[in-house]
Amino acid sequence: MTTKILLAGFGGQGILFAGKQLAKTAMYSDLQVSWLPSYGPEMRGGAANCSVIISEEEIGSPIVTAPDVLIALNLPSFDKFEPAIVPGGLLIADSTLIAKESTRTDIRICRIPATGLASENGLDGFANVIILGQLLKQTGIFEYQKFLDLMIGGIPAAKAALIEKNKRALEIGYNYEA
Amino acid sequence: MGQKVLMKGNEAIAEAAIKNGCLHFFGYPITPQTEISEYMAKRMPKVGGLCLQAESEVAAINMVMGAAASGTRVMTSSSSPGISLKSEGISYIVGCDLPCVIVNVQRGGPGLGGIQPSQADYYQATKANGHGDLHLFVVAPASVQEMASLTGLAFDVADKYRTPAMILADGALGQMMEPVDFAVEEKTDLPEKTWAANGHGGKRNKNIINSLFMDPNDLENSIKARFARYAEIEANETRWEELMVDDADIVIVAYGITSRICKTAINAARAKGIKVGLIRPITLWPFPKAPLAKAAETAKHFLVCELNMGQMVDDVKVAIDCARPVSFYGRTGGVMPSAEEVLAEIEKIAGGLAK
Repeated sequence: MTTKILLAGFGGQGILFAGKQLAKTAMYSDLQVSWLPSYGPEMRGGAANCSVIISEEEIGSPIVTAPDVLIALNLPSFDKFEPAIVPGGLLIADSTLIAKESTRTDIRICRIPATGLASENGLDGFANVIILGQLLKQTGIFEYQKFLDLMIGGIPAAKAALIEKNKRALEIGYNYEA
Repeated sequence: MGQKVLMKGNEAIAEAAIKNGCLHFFGYPITPQTEISEYMAKRMPKVGGLCLQAESEVAAINMVMGAAASGTRVMTSSSSPGISLKSEGISYIVGCDLPCVIVNVQRGGPGLGGIQPSQADYYQATKANGHGDLHLFVVAPASVQEMASLTGLAFDVADKYRTPAMILADGALGQMMEPVDFAVEEKTDLPEKTWAANGHGGKRNKNIINSLFMDPNDLENSIKARFARYAEIEANETRWEELMVDDADIVIVAYGITSRICKTAINAARAKGIKVGLIRPITLWPFPKAPLAKAAETAKHFLVCELNMGQMVDDVKVAIDCARPVSFYGRTGGVMPSAEEVLAEIEKIAGGLAK
């Protein structure tokens, strides 16, 4: 079983962080995993994306060209990668930022207003975690509590204030009925 | 097995260097390898070592020469244009028979090129990383785990044979994260560095480290002695991986990140009934000629895949004595081929063989 996940959006939306949480949980679940970021000027506002492959077997190419799961956090990423999702795959789109709807009938489509939910709840900057919550619900790829514990475990003591915000964001994302 | 950690390839090299006793790092920032310097700057002071950002790549490699002459384990890292700047110093280090580790996290070239992954420095690394009769021991990791384990090997081979060793990686391996296990491997017995210029307190004759010989006979003798060590490296330290070569009609030869893409393509091709295998050189110098020559006894076609315009092709042709056709597929300039592209190339060759 291999799951190829592509996370894409603007630099600064926490794409790489979100991918890293998935990679970390996979590692602690004794699965093989690779995390490959786009790097360079993208990190400062351009298009950023991140390939995460989670597998029970050795991972060959770490590049995701045909994702099983696409997380799209802006319109350019949606336009670029939505056609590449494998039939039967899953699209999770931030509907606050992507007004356009997918016309594909051979994939599962999940629209969640992650950026809107974040600002309504005083969680600006946590749309990525809200999306992760919805990803956990849609795929069941990891156990909720295990994922949460590992994410929070990575927060340094100096930034303890972030623990509660991450918890709430993940919960809001998980509980949202798309 | 120790505890696995999730790390970038660049960080894995830096941590492995420290775990293998590297106490000196001299570098200069350049994408996509700057995390090595960054990691060293954070960690070296904590282990009693030194990380210094030099004023240029040229300065950094000359600091490496000085540190290596004192017998300490020392490393520098850069990416393609920076390695070109270091090549004069590398040649001097070879001429002085000094061990050190040089990391090249390749990006596109020539010139400043780009910042995306490339393997276009294969010729430079394996044929001419500086002037004169010389080789470096060159390893090509293909995973973050190997970024760590081959760093340890590079230090050991460098010390054992008194030669600079190069880790030839690329931007993708440098930037990607995978689980890595730093469990310390069994250490080989390494000779004492009796040649080091590290102070003698009047108790022994002074050691002189030098690459200048005015008498051509002396120079020739020193080169011949070095090439005798190169022969030992070829005999003892050549490494490669084989995958489904025994029954393969087509053998792909690929190293580093490209070998990963090829593995995915090979599995897809096998599922379609095409008999294809892989020989992955882990050392690029010495080049694994023997397994290639053996594969040529049964395989019908060799396909070389690289992120360049086909630099390893000649080495494969020489290894198999041109006994089979050798073709090439690759992308360059920072473009990475997809596994589907490689699969299409395999199918094209398989179609030709069937005729």
